[in-house]
Amino acid sequence: MIIDINFIGLIIASIMASAVPLILASCGELITERSGVLNLGVEGMMIIGAISGFALMTVTGSLIIAIFGAMLAGVLISTIFAFLTQTLITNHVATGLALTIFGIGISAMIGKNFVGIPGKEFPILFEGLKDTIPLLGPILFGHSIVFYFAFALPFITSYFLKKTKIGLIVRAVGDSPESASNQGINVRLVRYACILYGGAMSGLAGAYLSMIYTPQWIENMTGGRGWIALALVVFSTWNPIKILIGAMIFGGLTIIQFHMQAIGVRIPVQFLTALPYIVTIIVLVVISRDSRKIRLSTPSSLGKSFHKDN
Amino acid sequence: MIKIVKRDQPSRAIFFFTPVLAIFLTLVAGGLIFFILGFKPFEALKFFFIVPIADKYGFSELLLKATPLCLIAIGLSFCFKSNNWNIGAEGQLTFGAIVSGGVALLFYEQEGFYILPTVILAGAIGGMLYASIPAILKTYFNTNEILVSLMLVYVSKLILDYLVVGPWSNPEGFNFPETRQFSDSAKLPLLFEGLRIHAGIFLALAAVVISWFVFYKTYLGFQMKVSGFSLKTAKYAGYKGKKMIILVFLISGACAGLAGVGEITGPIGQLHREISPDYGFTAIIVAFLGRLHPVGIIFASLVVAITYLGAETAQIFMQIPKYTGQVFQGMILFFLLASDYLLFFKIKFIGLKK
Repeated sequence: MIIDINFIGLIIASIMASAVPLILASCGELITERSGVLNLGVEGMMIIGAISGFALMTVTGSLIIAIFGAMLAGVLISTIFAFLTQTLITNHVATGLALTIFGIGISAMIGKNFVGIPGKEFPILFEGLKDTIPLLGPILFGHSIVFYFAFALPFITSYFLKKTKIGLIVRAVGDSPESASNQGINVRLVRYACILYGGAMSGLAGAYLSMIYTPQWIENMTGGRGWIALALVVFSTWNPIKILIGAMIFGGLTIIQFHMQAIGVRIPVQFLTALPYIVTIIVLVVISRDSRKIRLSTPSSLGKSFHKDN
Repeated sequence: MIKIVKRDQPSRAIFFFTPVLAIFLTLVAGGLIFFILGFKPFEALKFFFIVPIADKYGFSELLLKATPLCLIAIGLSFCFKSNNWNIGAEGQLTFGAIVSGGVALLFYEQEGFYILPTVILAGAIGGMLYASIPAILKTYFNTNEILVSLMLVYVSKLILDYLVVGPWSNPEGFNFPETRQFSDSAKLPLLFEGLRIHAGIFLALAAVVISWFVFYKTYLGFQMKVSGFSLKTAKYAGYKGKKMIILVFLISGACAGLAGVGEITGPIGQLHREISPDYGFTAIIVAFLGRLHPVGIIFASLVVAITYLGAETAQIFMQIPKYTGQVFQGMILFFLLASDYLLFFKIKFIGLKK
């Protein structure tokens, strides 16, 4: 059997494509968590982004409005979370769960009129260059702008956290809100900003799913990707570059599942579908076993409310 | 002018008042959403919250839906009280249903008094086994129980799907994704002729009584409460933290498993793909709305059960999408958490009188 080298390139490209929503949502959540806030509402924000993007695209016909609208929708819904956890000092876990339940309900309600409508074609870049280089051609060229943004995001996030002053402030707020506050930093404001940013990225991740990856609206179409994105943040030990690796592993699991079915491997399809979830658990166990390492890399105030007495 | 003042200590009266406030605010916000969607708000709310339970049949349906919610929420309250975030009750329900369904299928076309207790026990054990995974991983491998228990929900649904489509599917079932019907001895008896409410409700009531006793009359209940307030204090007091974590997970898994048994041996009478309309997730809201108190959970499960029925009724009579139920559930939790603010802070109106 001759294996076409471009075919391998295509498989890698499809793995990367399925990693995109995970990278976007995880990088957003990573910033939120670095500021000390645990937002379990990623799944809810993602699905809101998915329906908002698809609905706006169908109604306005503009892809740009749809993409930015989806991000704005993510921001709006995460504002509820920010207001509750930061202003009313509610429990992060419970509030995040409420956000997910609410988001799934609202998205299905809005989405009722958009079921079965075909999506639009999303423009891809450098299509002509695809065949110029063997193997690398299909990997590097012929993708949407969101794809390229997603693969740049971990590096941007890493640079932001390590090299910029605002990044330093975010980390300070997450590691020691008391001392940050004593330094005159408005902890609440920083956390608000980080939560809303996380919302925007989850919204974008959702829009990628409904507008580019599988251009259509299906109820519950995020299918647990928001939760996997949360797991990826733990997997990465809060290091954006490692998110890239994790997302590629999970993207790979999703794609391999399709190919194994296509080749006719005699494993029940349900087992293959369950694989990403099972691997998530195994990976979490392996990563978390070393409790000292986890403690060193986890933002110290993660999930804890901070309230400055007036 | 409005001034916010911190209370010296959380107000107990407000602790039990805020759930009522949250329900009221949810109704107001729900009315608003109906209005925005172009429905008459009062009529919609009537179809949502009053019409479904206006007759005997509706009331039986209410209890039918409230039973699993109450049972699971009671189990979850053990976890939540002691700061363990088990959010995978849906998976424990599904796995409990799988194990008990498997046992029920073993007794296919057999009758006997011992069958039902065996089936029920199998469901509880199934739920416990499934809950023990996040518990053991949390205690011995330091793994986040939220993510593990949630991932297992997806896995359990896929296991169920595999079984009802594959090895356990009804040989005479024309390839429908369902098992054979259980024998009558493996089914929970119905309480009234013509109504669907079944004996599973007694399991829920028993759970309420037992949990009340454990919470307020035993050393374990006290330990759980202390661990919930402060893990450091619990450690200092020398409580065996790991043992307790595993125990509360097992209890909550058993309850969820029993809820699964109730679903399949009650109205359904077989295993198929969709055995629970997300009871396991909704029960999280019930547990909070009931303030993790057994009696509170009874009331909360009834209130939240209405959102299930209301969503169905409103869809039939007013073409309101059925997901409105979920939106209401999310809102209840939002408003409840928000109104907790009143526990710790007083809002004072000053400067009004000059």
